[in-house]
Amino acid sequence: MCNLVSIAKRVGAPRIVTTRGIPYPAGDPSLGPADEKAWRRRLVTKALQVVATPVTAPTVFEVDEHGQ
Amino acid sequence: MTTRIVHYLNQFFTGVGGEDSAGTGPARRDGPVGPGTRLAQLLGPEFEIVTTVYCGDDYATTTPTAVQEIMALIKEAQPDVVVAGPAFTSGRYGLACARVVAAAHEAGLTAIACMHTDNPGLDEAGAAPVVASGETGRTMKETLDNLAAAVAKVAAGEPLTRADDRVGKVPRLNRLDDRNSAERAVDLVLARLGGDRRATEVPLPKFDQVTPASPLEDPSKALVAILTEGALVPDDNPDGLESARATKWLRYPLEGMDSMPAGEYRSVHGGFSTVWANEDPNRILPLDVARQLESEGAIGQLHREYMTTAGNGTSVANARRFGVEWVGELRRLGVQAALLTAT
Repeated sequence: MCNLVSIAKRVGAPRIVTTRGIPYPAGDPSLGPADEKAWRRRLVTKALQVVATPVTAPTVFEVDEHGQ
Repeated sequence: MTTRIVHYLNQFFTGVGGEDSAGTGPARRDGPVGPGTRLAQLLGPEFEIVTTVYCGDDYATTTPTAVQEIMALIKEAQPDVVVAGPAFTSGRYGLACARVVAAAHEAGLTAIACMHTDNPGLDEAGAAPVVASGETGRTMKETLDNLAAAVAKVAAGEPLTRADDRVGKVPRLNRLDDRNSAERAVDLVLARLGGDRRATEVPLPKFDQVTPASPLEDPSKALVAILTEGALVPDDNPDGLESARATKWLRYPLEGMDSMPAGEYRSVHGGFSTVWANEDPNRILPLDVARQLESEGAIGQLHREYMTTAGNGTSVANARRFGVEWVGELRRLGVQAALLTAT
C-alpha cells in the first residue's frame, strides 16, 4: 500500500494498492476525521480483496472512489 | 561561447527548507545555488549555471504535472545542458532528478543526472545518462568532482560510459573489437575463475524477480499481519530505530489495542514530514479499521504484533534481509497474509 507505485513495481512487489500521499499511506489529512477513516477502511478492504486475487507479475490496484 | 547550464535541485539543497517544505512547487533562482556553486567553480569559465530550478520532493514525485511545470522553467532559461542532483540515495529526490533528465532528453536537450546506484529513481532516467554519486551528502566533494567531469563530457557530445562512473541503463553501443567473441568469452571465464564476479559484456538488471504468493482463499478465515516501513515506534523509540539507513527491524504488540493512539506512537522516519503520522499514527499503521474489519468478520484474525522499520536510504542488502526475516517469522507464526504500508 503505497504512493510511489513505480518504485514498488520496479522492485517487484506483486500486489500494489495505490494510496494518496507519501507521508500518510493509510490516510488522507485533507479529509475530515470521519471521511478519512472511511477512506482508510476502503483502502484496507481493497487490500484484503487484493491478497485474495491471483497475480503473475507486479499489478497495481486502485480503490474505487465510491464503494470499494 | 559559454555552455549554458540549468541545474535542478530539491527544496533542501536550494536552502528553501526541509521536510516541512517538501510540498513546495517548482520555482527558479538566477545563477548557481547550494551544490551548484561548487559545481560552477569546478566547471570553470567555459560553463555558466544560468538558472537553478527547484521543487519540493513531495510535489515533484506526486503531482502529475510536476515534471511538465519544471520543464517549462528549464526551457525558459534556454540551456545547452540540464544537470540534476546529486540526489545520493534519496528516493524522492532521485526520482525527480531522473524524471527531469528523461523529459529533457525527450525534448532534445543534453541532460545528465547524478545519484547513487542504489537510488530507486535511477531507472526512470530512461536514455539520459546518470553519473554515480556517493551514498550521502557527506560525499559531496568527491561526488561533485565526478559530476563536473561527466558534465564536461556530455556537453562536448561524448558518450558517458561505465569508466566515467555511469550507472543505470546504458544504451547499446556498437563498436568493432579487434578480438573475436570467443577470445573475449574465454577471458571472461578466466576472470571469473580468478574471482572477478562482475566482469561482463552484458550487464543484467539487478532487480529481483519476485514470485507472487498464491492468493488467500478467504481473508475472513485468515490470520493477517499489518506491517510498515514508515518507522512507527512507541513514542520514546525504546529500541533506537534509525531514521535513515536502518540496520534493523522491530516488532511491537497490538494485543488489546483497537487503534494506534497519538502521543503513544510516532514515526521516526527521516525521509518525509512526520507531522501527519504523529497526529494520527493510524495513517501509517491502519490498526483502527483493521480491528473493525476483524470484529465484523472480514478479517479472520489480526496478528498479535506489528513489524516496523525505516525505509529511507536503506541499503538494498538490508532491505532484502528484513524482507526475508519478516516472511520467515510470519510463516513460522502461521500468518497467511500481510498488509504493508510504504511511505
